[in-house]
Amino acid sequence: MGEQGMIEAFQSEFMRNALLAGLLAGVACGIIGTLVVVNRIVFIAGGIAHAAYGGIGLAIFFGIPPLAGAVGFALMVSGIMSAVTLTNKQRADTVVGVLWAVGMALGIIMIDLTSGYNVDLMSYLFGSILAVPRSDILMMALVDFGVLAIVGTLYNSFLAMSFDEEFASAMGVRIGMLYYVLLAMIALSVIMLIRIVGLVLVIALLTIPPFIAEKFCRSLKAMMAVSVLLNFLFTVTGLWFSYTFNLTSGATIIMIAAAFFFASVAYEKIREHVGGG
Amino acid sequence: MSLSAIEMDNVSFFYNNHPVLMNVSLRVEEQDFLAIMGPNGSGKTTLLKIILGILNPARGSIRIFGKTPLEAAGMIGYVPQDTWLNKDFPVSVQDVALMGRLGRPGRDRRYTSDDRLLAAKVLQQVGMWDYRDRPIGKLSGGQRQRVLIARALTVEPKILLLDEPTSSVDAQFQTDLHSLLKELNDSITIVIVSHDVSVLSGYINSVACLNRTLYHHDSGELTEEMLNAAYQCPVDLIAHGQVPHRVLRKHDHENIDER
Repeated sequence: MGEQGMIEAFQSEFMRNALLAGLLAGVACGIIGTLVVVNRIVFIAGGIAHAAYGGIGLAIFFGIPPLAGAVGFALMVSGIMSAVTLTNKQRADTVVGVLWAVGMALGIIMIDLTSGYNVDLMSYLFGSILAVPRSDILMMALVDFGVLAIVGTLYNSFLAMSFDEEFASAMGVRIGMLYYVLLAMIALSVIMLIRIVGLVLVIALLTIPPFIAEKFCRSLKAMMAVSVLLNFLFTVTGLWFSYTFNLTSGATIIMIAAAFFFASVAYEKIREHVGGG
Repeated sequence: MSLSAIEMDNVSFFYNNHPVLMNVSLRVEEQDFLAIMGPNGSGKTTLLKIILGILNPARGSIRIFGKTPLEAAGMIGYVPQDTWLNKDFPVSVQDVALMGRLGRPGRDRRYTSDDRLLAAKVLQQVGMWDYRDRPIGKLSGGQRQRVLIARALTVEPKILLLDEPTSSVDAQFQTDLHSLLKELNDSITIVIVSHDVSVLSGYINSVACLNRTLYHHDSGELTEEMLNAAYQCPVDLIAHGQVPHRVLRKHDHENIDER
């Protein structure tokens, strides 16, 4: 398929929606993913993503929109996680692991209990970017706007907390509050990503772009911007590959990201070698 | 009536039911230069974190110029121990120094040109101006320590707390640091914490020994009792007069030899 085919592909309605969803998710996830990586809370982000499945199960059982259930449940779980992390750091790891599994199990059982419900579970586990409805795109735009506004206004505080929490606290930065806001933003970003790549693959898309960006950036701001651009690149390329070769889109996007990830590691190794020699 | 810079009254702190500080009372007057000595694990860092309001004591009260530590946020400059974990953090030397301005009102507003001028002045003071655009992870331990000192100074603090500030700096900077602190002491109160008696210099006007509880002497003298109580075995005994001098005490085993 040549250039012609690609333009054709993005002209179809569902492909245009998919592309738009990918780009919108890329904004929030580049910014939040950066904060996740520098704060070393990848495990917490994973916990929120999987626990959110409990919310999807509950929503289906009670007949409310699954996305609303996921958002509500993930916000609650992130609240518990931030409280535990702040009061008992040693135990936080374990609690996050338990919430991770319990949320997942709750989701599965609630769907079992919903008689006659035969939802395509695969679409939550591995994403369904090609079936993103207009309403989701609107929600993604709202989340982007919220994340940009919050991180934009509290940038100095987020930078100081991520770099040295104790110094920030001594300067009067309200760490507890800020940490909860961060985890809530992670919850919202993660749920956007569930649409795109599914909850199993969320972590890869949240962490790979910032990980690559970290090697080349000298400020948190730059790292966020580069992560957003990398997200765009991975989503567009991934979508094109999946369309051309008829592959699952979420998994293809992740493979593209992984290819860049390994290339960046190799590049760094070579540069170290040349620089050192 | 003038308020003490720091006033701690019967402060106790527990970590997992394990007492770290027991009934510590301490009064530091404005423009004092206090050294708190004590072996590793004696609660020195915990004491500083309580003064800063990072940790809350289980019992007792603490006042900074009559205010609670929370109200006093932004009055204290803090130089933490250099135990660095995240070496890849994307932040430049200059941006770290600017973090000292976070205590000002409207903390998340853009840094003003005054903030930047102050950070520049302070980075020059510690000899790190030439490195201002360097990522923090690309510095040596000693250089990083200087940047952390600069960050504490951009606070324009009324009190400066330093936790083992000379642990990873070279001898030259140690001397520079001592004269810088002496100069700063004309206007601000300084508390320095260390397990290493070499931080004691002629500029210090008060010494305390900490080992879960505090042994404080108002003069710059370290008495034998204080040292005996804080350290298990008597170490160097330091005295200060107009001319600083150091008196080396005999060690226990030497005493035994004499018998």
